[in-house]
Amino acid sequence: MSCCAPGADINAASGAPSPDELLHAARSLGDGVAQIELSVPAIHCGACIQKLEQALSRLDGVISARVNLSTRRISIRFRQSAPPPIVETLTGLGYPPHLFDEAEGKDRTLAELLRSVAVSGFASGNIMLLSVSVWSGADGATRDLFHWISALIAFPTLLYAGRTFYRSAWQALRAGRMNMDVPIVIGVALAYAMSIYDTLHHGQHAYFDAGVTLLFFLLIGRTFDHLMRDRARSAVLGLARLAPRGAIVLAPDGSRDYRPVNEIETGDRLLIAAGERIPVDARVIGGASDLDCSLVSGESRPQPVGPASTVRAGTLNLTGPLTLEASARATDSFLAEMVRMMEAAEGGRTRYRRIADRVSAFYAPVVHLTALVAFIVWLVMGGDWHQALTIAIAVLIITCPCALGLAVPIVQVVAARRLIERGVMVRDGSAMERLTEIDAVAFDKTGTLTMGQPRLVNAPDIAPDMLLIAAALGGQSRHPLSQAIARHAAAGDAGSDAPPVSFDAVTEVPGFGIEGWRDGSLWRLGRPGWALGQETVDQETVGQATFGQATFGQATFDNDKDAAGAAWFASGSGAMLARDGRECARFAFEDTVRPGAAAAIQALQRTGKSVEILSGDTEAACRDIAGRLDVQQYAAGLLPSGKVARINAMTQAGRKMLMVGDGLNDAPALSAAYASMAPATAADVGRNIADLVFLRDSLEAVPFVIDVSEQAGKLIRQNIALALVYNIIAVPIAFLGLVTPLIAAVAMSGSSILVIANALRLLRSGERSPTAKPDRVPVVGHYPGRYSEGGAT
Amino acid sequence: MSVLVYLIPAALLLGGASLAAFMWAMKSGQYEDLDGAGERILFDDAGPLAPKHGETAR
Repeated sequence: MSCCAPGADINAASGAPSPDELLHAARSLGDGVAQIELSVPAIHCGACIQKLEQALSRLDGVISARVNLSTRRISIRFRQSAPPPIVETLTGLGYPPHLFDEAEGKDRTLAELLRSVAVSGFASGNIMLLSVSVWSGADGATRDLFHWISALIAFPTLLYAGRTFYRSAWQALRAGRMNMDVPIVIGVALAYAMSIYDTLHHGQHAYFDAGVTLLFFLLIGRTFDHLMRDRARSAVLGLARLAPRGAIVLAPDGSRDYRPVNEIETGDRLLIAAGERIPVDARVIGGASDLDCSLVSGESRPQPVGPASTVRAGTLNLTGPLTLEASARATDSFLAEMVRMMEAAEGGRTRYRRIADRVSAFYAPVVHLTALVAFIVWLVMGGDWHQALTIAIAVLIITCPCALGLAVPIVQVVAARRLIERGVMVRDGSAMERLTEIDAVAFDKTGTLTMGQPRLVNAPDIAPDMLLIAAALGGQSRHPLSQAIARHAAAGDAGSDAPPVSFDAVTEVPGFGIEGWRDGSLWRLGRPGWALGQETVDQETVGQATFGQATFGQATFDNDKDAAGAAWFASGSGAMLARDGRECARFAFEDTVRPGAAAAIQALQRTGKSVEILSGDTEAACRDIAGRLDVQQYAAGLLPSGKVARINAMTQAGRKMLMVGDGLNDAPALSAAYASMAPATAADVGRNIADLVFLRDSLEAVPFVIDVSEQAGKLIRQNIALALVYNIIAVPIAFLGLVTPLIAAVAMSGSSILVIANALRLLRSGERSPTAKPDRVPVVGHYPGRYSEGGAT
Repeated sequence: MSVLVYLIPAALLLGGASLAAFMWAMKSGQYEDLDGAGERILFDDAGPLAPKHGETAR
């Protein structure tokens, strides 16, 4: 079977962009042509490429469609005059698209760095070739010729490949600061000038190779560093997108009028249709419906509302039309408050200074001082400015931090590779440094500790033939409970040779269940009352039946796409299978604990980290799950601000917190925490803000990531120590004037290779523990599009 | 000695050619989708090449 079975991931349809959003996000290319980039996590293989490209190019108005398998994105060009139904087509094929949450254009810096690496690599190879000839005894006219050729190659290279360093050094100097690039630039420029002077005077030593090789090594380090660096990413935009642009306002004279959201005043009456988001905090004055409040509580189980209920901005109206009275303006509403909270948290996050920055801040002045002292000492002692300058340059070159520049990024790149092999995507290299300091871990409940997916629990009590019938019927519905039954049967009877059960005239009754005819009997699977024929499908009953508090065991599940089915399980009695109105079987469900959750929590507690649960769900549900997972501390019923407050309180008490969460309501907490992780199934906003995203189901990713980070931290410290030891040995040699270009070249390459080899040990330590499927994975870096591996198979 | 007159230019030329080839490959978007390129050779109707540099965001 193809891995591309459509509809494999029934949960993925949420958050699909509306046609308006799509048009808004598209870039105009002129001539009425627009281009849109969509992230499609469900893309897996070559067949997906072909299927999507063919389907899209068949649409009217589409000029071209190109799938990028590496980043799992589609780039589509279409005519603005006739926007094609892109989202519908993709969703229909089982590939729900998402808009990018980060306005990330092509990474020009990376392209520039790569080009610089290529140029300096070419130049250093050729100059080294000539230098080796000089070292092995070329002299006289040949040596001069080789020096001149080297100078000719080095000059454009230094200009081109050195740009990154000149720019950064200049910025630092202008701001009155000192960074590592200042000694690099001074060293390289002086070395070049001095070598030209020596070549003119037929000198024996020229440092052309040293200067260019130095740039080459530094650029490699810089490129790795860039790959691991935190992008300027913001989840605020994603959150802000949840705010509708406007709503229909009901004027006192009865006229209806669409108004933008910031013109809605307190007291206005709003009409909200099913499927729309609530624009401002409001009170219900008419109608009854179910709301998806996942933004507020993290629970995606719909909440019934009726007259006099208060509703919050950003929640989604699922089932029925509502008439609201605005109780706050948009800027004072819940959603605006969330956005402000996120902005505050994101602003505070930049405080972390990376190890590499801290080391170089201390290192740069030391290098300068040493070179200066060398110059003065030799000038005073020998009185020969040429010799003094040569030695000062040798000191600058030899202390220039090739090894130091590689020490941190190479370890992070190797660690990121190990993590991605185990299904963890690193979004921010510095997160691995921060993770080593973590001493407390907070988990969200629904969707993080649990799968957020219902599971059939009373299967042994159900007659096998009834289960088969229910599964056959339920398999035709996309309702989460029907799917849970179908899934259970499929897992249990994989090898059974029972004839497939088939139904005629299967119809799904939104809000009640699914029914079908078989052997002259009417079978119904759904709400007990409806299955027994006591309730009839009637719009009024839907309203009344859904009203009232839903208590559904611990079961909570992701249902915001299946709006119509909400009423069914909100009644709280599970599902029933009935034949001609007689009960045949009852089904009970509960939420599954995420695999590896207990092991992960034990592992964390064993290493002395405190674990707690921060949930927006009810106290009873939290107590149950805390008991099952042996977690002592939990806080229930928290609003997003409550989670942030809890994390801030811990931070003020000197604790470093790792937040693991998936819901929209966790987003502010994720950004407030010292480090953050989210499962790949998380809401877009949460996935964007988290430092790390784990793609597989198992929560054991959490201790694994901490473990790898600690190993990486150890290697980083070793590498920095190695680089310093190298300097302690090399600087006196340079200071004594014993360094020739040959020694400089050997020392520089030697220390860099040592540091790289040390970093690669991280890969070897991973081989001892069995690694699961190291299939096609990106080697390094930041792949925002890749997050679906755990979800769809 | 005289052998250097053509050997050195030859070495530089060859190195320069490979550098130019790399630059061209990067510019023409051949590093944009490393996974997809491997799959696309299996299709019968090869689609257009990757969009040119500067015309599409990654």
